[in-house]
Amino acid sequence: MAVATGNSFASRFGVHIAVLIFVTIWTIPTLGILVSSLRDKDQIIASGWWNSFSSSSQTEAGRLPPASAQTQKDGKFVLEGNIFGDGAKRAISAFGVKAAAPTQYPAGSSADLGDGVTLQVNADGSFVMISPKAFEGDRGQRVYYASSAPPKFTTDNYKTVLLSEGIGRSFMNSLTVTIPATVIPILIAAFAAYALAWMRFPGRALLIAVIIGLLVVPLQMSLIPLLKLYNGVGTFFGVPSKTYLGIWLAHTGFGLPFAIYLLRSYIAGLPREIMESARIDGASDFEIFVKIVLPLSFPVLASFAIFQFLWVWNDLLVAMVFLGTEADQIVLTAKLNALLGSRGGDWEILTTSAFVTIIVPLIVFFSLQRYFVRGLLAGSVKGG
Amino acid sequence: MASQIFSAIFVIIIGVGGCVAYFWGANKLVDLIFPSRGVAGAAAIDNLRRQGLVRPWLFVGPAMIILTIYLIYPVIETLRLSFLDRGGINFVGLANYQWAFGDRDFRNSILNNVLWLAVVPAACTFLGLIIAVLTDKIWWGTIAKSLIFLPLAISFVGASVIWKFIYEYRGEGQVQIGILNAIIQHFGGQPQVWISLPFWNNFFLMVILIWIQTGFAMVILSSALRGIPEETLEAAVIDGANPFQIFWKIMVPQIWGTIAVVWTTITILVLKVFDIVLTMTNGQWNSQVLANLMFDWMFRGGGDFGRGATIAIIIMIAVIPIMVWNIRQANKETGGH
Repeated sequence: MAVATGNSFASRFGVHIAVLIFVTIWTIPTLGILVSSLRDKDQIIASGWWNSFSSSSQTEAGRLPPASAQTQKDGKFVLEGNIFGDGAKRAISAFGVKAAAPTQYPAGSSADLGDGVTLQVNADGSFVMISPKAFEGDRGQRVYYASSAPPKFTTDNYKTVLLSEGIGRSFMNSLTVTIPATVIPILIAAFAAYALAWMRFPGRALLIAVIIGLLVVPLQMSLIPLLKLYNGVGTFFGVPSKTYLGIWLAHTGFGLPFAIYLLRSYIAGLPREIMESARIDGASDFEIFVKIVLPLSFPVLASFAIFQFLWVWNDLLVAMVFLGTEADQIVLTAKLNALLGSRGGDWEILTTSAFVTIIVPLIVFFSLQRYFVRGLLAGSVKGG
Repeated sequence: MASQIFSAIFVIIIGVGGCVAYFWGANKLVDLIFPSRGVAGAAAIDNLRRQGLVRPWLFVGPAMIILTIYLIYPVIETLRLSFLDRGGINFVGLANYQWAFGDRDFRNSILNNVLWLAVVPAACTFLGLIIAVLTDKIWWGTIAKSLIFLPLAISFVGASVIWKFIYEYRGEGQVQIGILNAIIQHFGGQPQVWISLPFWNNFFLMVILIWIQTGFAMVILSSALRGIPEETLEAAVIDGANPFQIFWKIMVPQIWGTIAVVWTTITILVLKVFDIVLTMTNGQWNSQVLANLMFDWMFRGGGDFGRGATIAIIIMIAVIPIMVWNIRQANKETGGH
């Protein structure tokens, strides 16, 4: 397609820049949560993730020790210590004693607080406060300071969400839902697809039309009747209405039109000669299907499996209607949605949980992209 | 948890084994009832014919049963429920439809859905087409395409968290940790609570779906562009057409069919969009859409099945033209086979 543009250096350069801009815009959102999920949780709220490789600075307040800690030196009263106590050390750049001017004095300088009182706070957090008169009161002097900490990356967030936020359990639940819901439709769809492609029977054209029609029926049309049906079945047999079996069958039902459509268009495209020569050799339809069609259809079966896997793994609606919200049933997407409500501002939890939910689809996607794209093309370009 | 994994494995074995057993067993049964081997010629031919009548139905049977329970019956039942009251017992005629068109939320949802339908398919197709054309010309185009395609694998909920983080708001003058507000503040603007700005918040939600679906449009259109015969492009170059003329007058007209497919596919997806609105705003600040409103009515106050079903029917009505068009196209193509 190189002929389609001017081949001047400027236009080539422009194309590179334009694509680079698109790629950047499309990548930054995902990069944002990946980087954030690995940051220390205090740093996430202290600076934007794009600054995560430089030191994060923040302004904090502390209190000096009360008057009881004072000592006397050269006739003056002295309070000494470290603002950070025994806690993690950060580098102080400036300090102050008024909330309105928290960074009035640079670190290491001596601040005159009036009445001959001086306060010096050093970069490492150590301070000296000197007064000609004895300090009084049991509440120490309020001190404000701007400090910075070196970038800190950690996998603690992952430990937290997997073990104590219930994401680990939901991960297992998602797998429990997804794998059977991916495997079961394949065989059912493959037999139907073969019959619709290569067997002659009355009503075949109508069935194909029905399946193509069902391809676009919104899921919303099925929800209420199925909810009623499941509740009815549950009451009738005295079993819970929200079960894994229920959602496996639901996903199978919702995935079938696409499965049959995709497999049929592929199987119909297999060479007629193979089928006919097998038939002349005396093979039955069943034998032809199992020994010839199924092995030849592997690529399209893989395409469908990837589609269905991604679809079921990423589904929220079906899971919210047909599964419970207790720990033993809630899937990753529903759990993430619940966390958005309960842990609204805790970005270390949300970004990490989000990354855990998208990691499996990303792995599947990158390792099997070829099949995925092939399925996409066959599924949407009619007669493709 | 271990028992859960075992039960899942058990189901796979039972499910797959059951399917195999059914298809194999049913097939054997047909052979036994209508033997075609080892019987006299005329009878064998007769039995073969009978086999040919029965066997297709054995093959399509399980699929038909599941499709009937999970899709065909519900469509009819939803239509029926839309004429019944909240519990699905008493006939109320068109009351639910009357309620819908008088309801503020419903009208707001319709307006927002129209807005989504006008913006998202167009934006995805347009951006997808541009990116497809541009990436075709550079050596690292495949990598670029992979990266733009990647969001397609991410769930709507995951994508919503990703974008909520981008739209995150802190008071003016504070450190912004949402990249959008950080950029705005960097250039001296006012940080905004993007997802609660009436009307405009719709667009901030649409961006999420556009981000996800552009990759889909790009892949399909890219493959269609490859199918354009080189000669037509070369001829245009020789005739002195500039790149824009080639794009609009030579390339686009040749892939109209594919553009229509991409457009309608995304249109259907937009009509069903639910997760993004639920997780970002749950319909607050005038951002409600039909699919989320329907979900809301399914469970609100114990659930109003009549109103829920009515909203589902409205979504279905919007899909029907595309459905008819699809069936016609398919009939044209499969007519002979």
